Amino acid sequence: MAGADPDLPLLKRLRAGDEEAFMDLVLRYGPSMLRVARMYVPTQAVAEEVVQETWLGVLNGIDRFEGRSTLKTWLFRILVNRARTRGVRERRSVPFAALATEESAAPFAPVDLDRFGVDGAWTSPPRRWEEQPEQALGSDEAVALVEAEIAKLPELQRLVITMRDLDGLGSDEVRHALEISETNQRVLLHRARSKVRAALEDYFADA
Amino acid sequence: MRDLIDRLLRRSAPPPGLSCREIVELVSDALEGELEPREARRFWEHISACPHCSAYIEQMRATLRVLGRLEPEHLSPEAERDLRAAFAQWRTEQA
Repeated sequence: MAGADPDLPLLKRLRAGDEEAFMDLVLRYGPSMLRVARMYVPTQAVAEEVVQETWLGVLNGIDRFEGRSTLKTWLFRILVNRARTRGVRERRSVPFAALATEESAAPFAPVDLDRFGVDGAWTSPPRRWEEQPEQALGSDEAVALVEAEIAKLPELQRLVITMRDLDGLGSDEVRHALEISETNQRVLLHRARSKVRAALEDYFADA
Repeated sequence: MRDLIDRLLRRSAPPPGLSCREIVELVSDALEGELEPREARRFWEHISACPHCSAYIEQMRATLRVLGRLEPEHLSPEAERDLRAAFAQWRTEQA
């Protein structure tokens, strides 16, 4: 992976027994970890248990961490697998790679095809959102809408968009954490983003 | 092939490059810089010439901005305390 792992200094201090370094990492990633855990378990309390178990797994495995991936990648891989095991989703025994392929292969159009003519040009084009003040995009309603749309996504699309666009992990980090192909990761992100955009477009069309 | 047929039938050839329908499939990759150079060039040329696709990509950028604003939950004080305790325990076991 390109670039040094920015968490290496903290990791070094953690290995030396520095509690503050550990807590820095906990505070840095805890909220994102909670968010992913909440995809799988019903309450904040159980999500915190999952996060706790993940950190214990990290501490117990820290000697074996060779730095071939970033710490973040390794952390999220442990987290997602643990959350999935704790969760009650139906298909949790299906490996991510298989689900990723399935979700990527399903028929999908980012925009209703009837909004294009036979030549592929827009017949029902999108409106500019500049007509809406930027504030509207920050409104609680828009955020709630986006959260609701994400919650409706199939599992892998939800994971990818959460990890990429909410938690800021890079594409390599996400595909290594989930052990899915680069192509699938890109397709899943595209589909998830398209659905969220469409939901916002509907919101502004009705506003 | 379509260009050839159009020329043969003396119709004006369709504008070269990507259609709007193809553009919306590529927006996510384009914003991530994942397009091959030639495809990227065709993509951005279309965007600069097409106000509708330009509006679409702006909508996608705005969507990403909203996504970036979603605040996660913070760990409860109890959870933080438990993690500190777990670390202290682990550190003891290392010695």
